[in-house]
Amino acid sequence: MKVAISASGKTLDSEVNPRLGRCEYFIVYNMATGEQSVIENTGRFSQGSAGIATAKLLNDQQVDAVITGNVGPNAFSALAAAGIVMYTGATGKVSEMVEKFKLGQLTEAKFPNVGPHGR
Amino acid sequence: MIISVASGKGGTGKTLVATSLALSLAYEQKPVQLLDCDVEEPNAHIFFKAQPVSERTVSLPVPKVNYEKCQYCGKCAEVCQFNAIALMKRTLVIFPDVCHSCGGCWHLCPTGALEPAAREVGTVSVSQTADLRLVSGRLKLGTHISPPVVKAVRETAERDYITIIDGPPGSSCPVMAAVTDTDYCLLVTEPTPFGLNDLALAVDMLRVLKIPCGVVINRDMPGNQIIDRFCAENGINILLRIPFQTEIARAYAKGIPLVDSDKIWRDKFYNLYHQISGEVSQ
Ligand code: SF4
Ligand code: SF4
Repeated sequence: MKVAISASGKTLDSEVNPRLGRCEYFIVYNMATGEQSVIENTGRFSQGSAGIATAKLLNDQQVDAVITGNVGPNAFSALAAAGIVMYTGATGKVSEMVEKFKLGQLTEAKFPNVGPHGR
Repeated sequence: MIISVASGKGGTGKTLVATSLALSLAYEQKPVQLLDCDVEEPNAHIFFKAQPVSERTVSLPVPKVNYEKCQYCGKCAEVCQFNAIALMKRTLVIFPDVCHSCGGCWHLCPTGALEPAAREVGTVSVSQTADLRLVSGRLKLGTHISPPVVKAVRETAERDYITIIDGPPGSSCPVMAAVTDTDYCLLVTEPTPFGLNDLALAVDMLRVLKIPCGVVINRDMPGNQIIDRFCAENGINILLRIPFQTEIARAYAKGIPLVDSDKIWRDKFYNLYHQISGEVSQ
């Protein structure tokens, strides 16, 4: 299972970026193997609807789950259509979120938690 | 003659000025219509007790997918500049809210799986009082694309009327749609640093659109020169000052137009119209 965490930097030590569509990087953590990789979020350069572009990117990277701060309605529909499970309200360091995920301490988001445009 | 009324931000008194100007003309037996293009929050109708005589919906075409024909090739998602279509693992997702109705996707789909379907984005209603024709646009709740609704309001205007347009606040696309091709733009502002900042942005926009403009200062206070200085530096006329008075605010809050609460304003606004026509015909 591949989990992507929205981050401001490129390592597990980086801070979580709460903005899904505008985060700089995703740290992708493979729960089965413990392998990690970094993908740059090119979706953030989108003129509008960065959330949808970012969802496309995560879909193409075959991510199974995403951990982030906020998910808007459009990104939510797109991720849900791709079968990507969402965990919202993330803060702190990426590594802390990975630990919480492993311990099953995160709750799956069933609804978008911000309006369109991240407000 | 088409006069638009604009302001940097909401709550500066744009509607107060637009309704008063329209009524002062109506009271002089001029054929006048007011177009409420503040489609996110139309409120000019509050000042005119009239039932709508007609109403129509404004729709835009957005793609609708026939899943039986779709091959999941992704061409539509690729061509869309606005990310309004996403091809995801299990399905093709369409976001009508993000769609700009350019038609690229349904023209390009190789299997004919996409068809344009009408999506309602707002309504335009017309009402008529003894004095005035009022056209109001209203954006449908949950919709964000207002320029087409503004355009529809303007298309509903009758020719041969003096037209006053109450524009949306701000200085972005909907405002452009409201002020473009008008003969003159009245900018309503307040004598505060925020008011000045928004005014400067609006003036820049009007320069680009090549529309002559003048300023109305609302909630004016004696001795406050902040707007006067800006206007002097930029060669813009200040056409009217509405003082900061509780009586004015109180009547306005009750839905009484300024020109009805104190008759002195009828002359002032009628005079304002003449100043504008003077500037336009120069
Ligand atoms: S272009 Fe047509 S066939 Fe291809 S994914 Fe889009 S709707 Fe389906
Ligand atoms: S009509 Fe244009 S903007 Fe709308 S989904 Fe199709 S390609 Fe995108």
